This record gives sequence, C-alpha cells and structure tokens, in this order.
Amino acid sequence: MLIVVCIKQVPDTTQVQIDPVTNTLVRDGIPFIVNPYDTHALEAALQLKDRFGFRVAAISMGPPNAEATLRKALSLGVDKAILLSDRVFGGADTLATSNVLTRAIQLLNKQEEVGLVLCGKQTIDGDTAQVGPGIATRLGYTQLTLVDRVERVDSLSRKIRVRRKLEGRHEIVEAPFPAMITVVRELNQPRYPTVPMRLDSADAEVTVWNNEVLKLDVATIGLKGSPTWVSRIFSPEREKGEVVGDGLNDPVAAANLLIDKLLSKDLIAV
Amino acid sequence: MSPNPMLFGALLLASLFVFCAGCYRRLSLISLGQPDERFDSTGERLRQMFLHAFAQKQVVGKFFGLNHAVIFWSFLVLLLANGDFVLHGLFPSFSLALLPAPLHHALLFAFDLVSLLTLAAVLFAFARRLFFPHPSMSSAYVKARSVEGLLILSFIALLMLAYFGLHGAELAMGKEQGAAYLPVSALAAKLVAANFPASLESVFLFCWWLHAAALLGFLCLLPQSKHMHILTAIPNIFFGALGKSNTQPRERFVKGGSYGAATVGDFTWKDLLDGFACTECGRCQDACPAACTGKSLNPRQVIHAIKTNLLENGPRLRKGMPATAPLVGPEGEATSTAETVWSCTTCGSCMSVCPVLIEHMPKMVKMRRHLVQMESSFPEELLAFFENMEGRSNPWGIAPSERTKWHPTIDVKPFEAGKTEYLFYVGCAGAFDSRQKQVSVAMATILDAAGLSWGTLGKDEKCCGDSLRRLGNEFVFEQMARDNVRLLQESVVKKIVTQCPHCFTTLKNDYRQYGLDLEVIHHTELISRLLADKRLKLNKQVTDLGSVIFHDSCYLGRHNEIYDAPREALQMATGKAPGEFGRSGKESFCCGAGGGRMWQEEQEGERINLNRVKEALEKKPDTICVSCPYCMTMMEDGLKDLQAGGTRVRDLAEVVAEGLRA
Repeated sequence: MLIVVCIKQVPDTTQVQIDPVTNTLVRDGIPFIVNPYDTHALEAALQLKDRFGFRVAAISMGPPNAEATLRKALSLGVDKAILLSDRVFGGADTLATSNVLTRAIQLLNKQEEVGLVLCGKQTIDGDTAQVGPGIATRLGYTQLTLVDRVERVDSLSRKIRVRRKLEGRHEIVEAPFPAMITVVRELNQPRYPTVPMRLDSADAEVTVWNNEVLKLDVATIGLKGSPTWVSRIFSPEREKGEVVGDGLNDPVAAANLLIDKLLSKDLIAV
Repeated sequence: MSPNPMLFGALLLASLFVFCAGCYRRLSLISLGQPDERFDSTGERLRQMFLHAFAQKQVVGKFFGLNHAVIFWSFLVLLLANGDFVLHGLFPSFSLALLPAPLHHALLFAFDLVSLLTLAAVLFAFARRLFFPHPSMSSAYVKARSVEGLLILSFIALLMLAYFGLHGAELAMGKEQGAAYLPVSALAAKLVAANFPASLESVFLFCWWLHAAALLGFLCLLPQSKHMHILTAIPNIFFGALGKSNTQPRERFVKGGSYGAATVGDFTWKDLLDGFACTECGRCQDACPAACTGKSLNPRQVIHAIKTNLLENGPRLRKGMPATAPLVGPEGEATSTAETVWSCTTCGSCMSVCPVLIEHMPKMVKMRRHLVQMESSFPEELLAFFENMEGRSNPWGIAPSERTKWHPTIDVKPFEAGKTEYLFYVGCAGAFDSRQKQVSVAMATILDAAGLSWGTLGKDEKCCGDSLRRLGNEFVFEQMARDNVRLLQESVVKKIVTQCPHCFTTLKNDYRQYGLDLEVIHHTELISRLLADKRLKLNKQVTDLGSVIFHDSCYLGRHNEIYDAPREALQMATGKAPGEFGRSGKESFCCGAGGGRMWQEEQEGERINLNRVKEALEKKPDTICVSCPYCMTMMEDGLKDLQAGGTRVRDLAEVVAEGLRA
C-alpha cells in the first residue's frame, strides 16, 4: 500500500518582505524551505512506513527548483519522489492545484494502491488550508483534517483512527482507507536526516511529470484554471507598543501591571 | 650456596612468557584502530617525551605527584639493579663488581638509597589509598582501595624489603665488601645478624627468592592491570598531539561511508593506545566541569569504558564478528551513556591535566558524530538548533537580514577588499543576542577610537559553525566551513578580529583544514596590543566597575593559550591587576556552555554556571569580566539565579570602552 505525501516548497516567510511599491512578496535571495506543516505529514507517513511497511511517495507541484524539496524528502526516507512541473501549471490557485495533485495521485494509484494521502494543514505562504480538502473531494476520499494524533491504524481491516485538534476540544474519528489527512505540528517531531541518507538522496531519482503525463485540460489548471485572484497584498500597520511600568527600578510591579493589561484586553487567560 | 640458576632461569622464562602473552593480547588490539599520522616531527616528539615522561612535568603539577615522580625515577635506577639481579641469577659469575670500583660503589650506593626512597614513597601511597583517599581516586569501576592497586604497591614494597634482606644477609656473612656504600643494607645486616646469627645463609636464600618472586610476579601482573601504563605511558606521550588538540579531524563524506565512532574499531590506533596508557589517576575527573557537578560524564570512565570495550570486543572485531557492546549505550563498564556523551562542554580541562597526554575530547566528538550522523540520535533541543543553522545560519533561526540590527545608531562600514584592514567578524551572539550586541557596540567604539580601518560582512556574514562541529554534526559544519572559507577568500580578507573565542578558534584552527590561513585575533589580544602601543588612548581610568575578577574562557585560554592579553588590558584600563578565581588560567572552570551545551538543557546535577558563579562570589567582586558571549550569558544567568544583584558582568571590550567615555 502506498502513502502519498503532498509537500510544497515555500519561501522562508520569516525572511520575506513585501515590496511597498508593487505590494508583492520580495522573493529575491530568500531561501526556500519545505512547508513546515508538510514536514510533520512526511514524518507521520515515515512512521507508518516504519511500523507497517507501507511505501511512501512524496509529490510536489512547483518549478524545477522545487526538486530540492523532494530531495529533502528522499533524505528522510521516502521511497519515491515525483515533481509535477510544467509551465501550464504555473499561477495556480488552490482549486487548480488540487486538480493537478488529484490527477497525480490517481496515476500513482494505478501503479500501486493508495491507502492514505497526507498533507500539512496549510502552507505558510498561502495559509488557505484548502488544498488537502480539495484533493479529498476530487478523489472521493474521506477527509480527516487537523490531526494531532494517530490513535490506531488497522492494516487488516484497513481503518485509521485519529484525533482532530479543534478549537477548545478534541475529536476522535475513524475512517476507512483510502483517506486524506491533514496534520498539525503537534502530531510529531520530524526526524533529522542521517548523512548516508543525505548522500544517497543527492543522486536518487526525482521523477518529473508534466502535463503530457497528467493530460489535464489546460482550462482547469494553472492561471487559467484559477478563479481566485489576489488583488492586493500588504503588511498590516503595526500599532506602536508602549512601555509598561518601570522595569528597571521595580520589575515586579511592572510585570504585574503588564499582566493586568493583558488580562483586561483578554489576551491571556488565568 | 647460591640460588639455583636453572630453577631461576625456568621461572624467568615462564614469567617472560606470561608477560609477553599479556602484552601481545592487549597491545595487538591497538592495531584494530584506524590510521592516524603520528610519526612526524620526531625531534619535537622526543622533546615532548622527555618533558612529560622523564621530567614528569605534568605529574609533579599536583602535590602528591612528587611521590609518583620519586617512584618513577627510582624505577629507572632500579632497572639497573634488577638487571644485575637477573643476570647474576642466571650467570652466577656475573657481577657488578667487575666494573671499575668507583663506579661499582657509586651504583651500590645509589641502589641502596633509591630503594629506601621507593619504600618510603610506596608506604606513602599505601597510606594515601587506605587512610586519606582523594575522592577523585575512585570512579564507578575503579576504587582507591582496589585490590589491584594495593597488590601492586605490595609487590614493590616486597621487592625493596627483600633487596635489603638479601644484601643485609650478604653483608652479615661478610660476602659483600662494600658495607660503606650500602648504609641501609648495613642496618639490615645488623638486624639479621642479631636475630638470625646461625642461619644467615638461609636468610639470604629466602630473601633472594622473595626478591625473585616479587620481581617475576610484578612482571606477570603488569600487562593485566592499569600498571601497564609503565609500558604504554612513554610511547603514548611520544605519539601525543603536538600542540593543542583544539580542533577535530575532518571526515571524508563518500557514499556508503560510515561516520564517527560506533564501535571501538572506529577509533584510531592512538585513541586505543590512550585506553591502555590511562593510569586511572583521576585528575581529569577532578577537573571536569560535568564530573564536578554530579553529571554522569566522567572523562576517566569514558577512557576506561573504551579500554574495557576493546578488551571485550577486540577479539571479536578481529575475526570480523560484530561488536557485542556499542560505545554508547546502556550503562555499563564497557559503554558510555548518551547523557555522558552529550554532557561534555569540550572545555579541554581533562586533556590539560592528563599526565600521559590522553586526548579525551576528540573521542567524545567522534562518538557524537556517530550518534548525529548515522543514527540521528541527539537531545531533542538540538533538532531546532541544527535546522536553524542549516536554514538560517544562526543558532536561533533569526532571519539573516537582521544581522546588521546591532548597530542602529552607529555607522558601520562594509568590509572592502584591498581597502579595509580588519574584518570585524561580529558572530551570531554579537549580532542577535540583546546583551552581546552591547559588546559589539563597545568593540566598534574601540576600533573607531583606535583609528583602525575595519568593516563587517553585514548580512552576508554566516555562523562559523563551532557548535555544530563540537556537537558532531560534521556534515553540516563542512558545508558551512566551505561556504565561509570561500566568502572570506573572495572578499580578500587578511586580518580578522572576533569578539567570541568560539568564532576565534573555529576561524583560526578549524578552517585551516579548509585552506584558510590568515591572521585571526581575538579582541582581547587586539585591545591589549592597542593599549600597549598607545594607539588606543583612554580618556579616564575605569574605576566605577569596582573590583574586577577575570574569568578565562576555555576556548581562549586552555585551547589557545591566551591568558595574559586580557589581564594586561584590564590592568591598563583599570590601573590594577584583576582578581583571580580560585581556579584560573590553565585550571579555569568552564561556564557550562561550550561544546554545544549552550543549546541543550542541563538536567543532571548542579548547574555548571552556578558552580562557577559561586566561586566568583567567594572573592566578592563588583564585576566579573568575561571575554566570550557564552560566558556572558552563563555568568549573568548564574548571578540572577543566585540573586547576587551586587555583582555585574562585563565583557573586556565594555570595560575598556568605559574608559573612552568623556
């Protein structure tokens, strides 16, 4: 059985700045990283591989340099890596992206039965959290979002039971395979690649699938297939902070004052 | 009647066989080690051997070491006496009396006196082990009152007593003419004559055989015990690292390779020889900041475990079978635990006190290398650290674009090739740590005041990778080292000044392995030089910091032997010599943050920084002066924990910059 992990290369947003003139992200010289939530999805898949012997495939849609992201996945232990890259995929919103990923998973399913699809709950650049559910809908898979714990996996009866992290509560749900799961950071601690795995991944094969392979209608992918348009992007004005109390001479009183202020604004709870 | 040469010959042969077999069994295991080039610079090695082995330089550094030196030198003299004894036993016609009389008499006198000295020294050693053992004489597996230790002392004592007995009997019988040259044996002769007037011959024979038995017994026991150091210490010192062992060797990363040390076979032959050279003296244990604060790491036990592991697994490894005990694993005599390996601050105090020049620190790093690079097994706090270093080239994962924010109000020029003289390598702490940023500003003020041409790499500066290397993440360190060396070479940098001893040692010593060879100086050296040359003129003498005590950073002091520069600078800035810690200079005690400990939690035992701060407070200083960002953090945290509000911490640069205020 195959587990497919969808991963994305994103700019390291702590280093991103917004061009005040064009209102676009300044990406020059900003390093790319694997979307942090996806690293937890990857870890979850690798743990299932370690426990049950499932195989793991990582897929990513992106420009040719997104190969680095897949190499990272290979260094962590995925069995195959597929880059979905084609000019016609470019400029995609979440809908068009889901279409591409869905088709790729369908193709993989023809090679080897897919039991689970794992995604991070969202990406740190788009922050929509729509792609995972979009894939599940198109594939007709059960969707289990915001998972923070895998309770049980039964490979015989082909079921997975997970805990979902919701606002103020947890929910334990079970679903049959195939299922799509999105994960939150609390799920696990991603592993660190060993040096032999890094060296092996350096020249392991990353398969590239373009639209000649996926054969999708160009009206459903890329910019053309994207009904969402970003009209403006900007940094919110940050309110200037204030100095609370006299921390130099009376730190205890200053700390108490600060706590009172935060409590009164409902920013912290006792 | 003289002793039967045939019988003695047979016993000697048997003992030699046991001795050689024991030596072979142990020493041949050393050949399992990996290659290590230690055959260069013979002259310097001989000098090292003379100084540390024959002159016992390090041994006599401690008071009781004098006792060892007496035994050691006596052994050298008595080697002749025992050579004579053996030859005479085999060939009764052989005698030292064949030598010219003055020489013969001188030798007799020396043997007699030295035997007495040895006896006294052995009795002292006995008493020390039995009645006032220092805590560091005992480790988990080797105790001060161990049977082995006492047995060896008994053999030596017996050897001396028998020596006096047999010579006393000879004198009493009138067979030995040189009574005037054997003052101690002459006393023994009186005793023998008074007590056994009728059986002098029997006393002689008894003592002779007792002497033979002690000598041959000692020979048999030697290779089975820690007293094998008698054979291994001298070669170990000869092959010891020349200069300071302040860096680690590079690893070659090739597909299919294995990295670090998982089993004893992954160590070098010198690492293995170290195990057999250890005398279990416990000096490293007494100096180690981890061992002193109740952590599981005891450098002596680490070496003991490597030796035990080698004895257990060596024969298996030789046959191509896998080792039964890993180097790092569950607690046992032949393994070190993971906690042990991660507790090391790489402060180097163990190596600096070792009388036989054992190199503990490189072994710790080799074991860490295996854990990190082959098993991805390390304290969980380090995951974020490793990822931050790889992703953002600083320990905290702060955006590299923030690197220049330490100087919002002062003008800092970029380094320009061919124009700027000094590259001020700010370092991660200097750029990001809110406290250390103040030191960076102080440094900039000093550099400007001295009129130096200086600049920084601004946002292009990257972390030097010190902690990565000491933590065993050599793969990522290598990438950073290559990038940094390329950057420094492309920028045509010739002189670098750092404010951090870790950047300093990495750029100076570690990067040399990557072809970077330029002038790297620590700010304490530069400031001291500028003050001495009067290029830096202070506006006033710094008095408002009160009494100042100086804390030596391990990587500045022990690892790079810079002790005087910061003290001289303080003297020039404050007008008086700084106060000293109880443990200072070469014996300075680590702050607890080196070796990547800065990025780990300290859960076992007492906190190292508290131990050090308490030591400082004994001297009631107003100011603790440091020269390292890690020491700064650890000292400030320690003072806060102990609520010692009356004492402050200042970097040397801050102290001196204080004198630049109008």
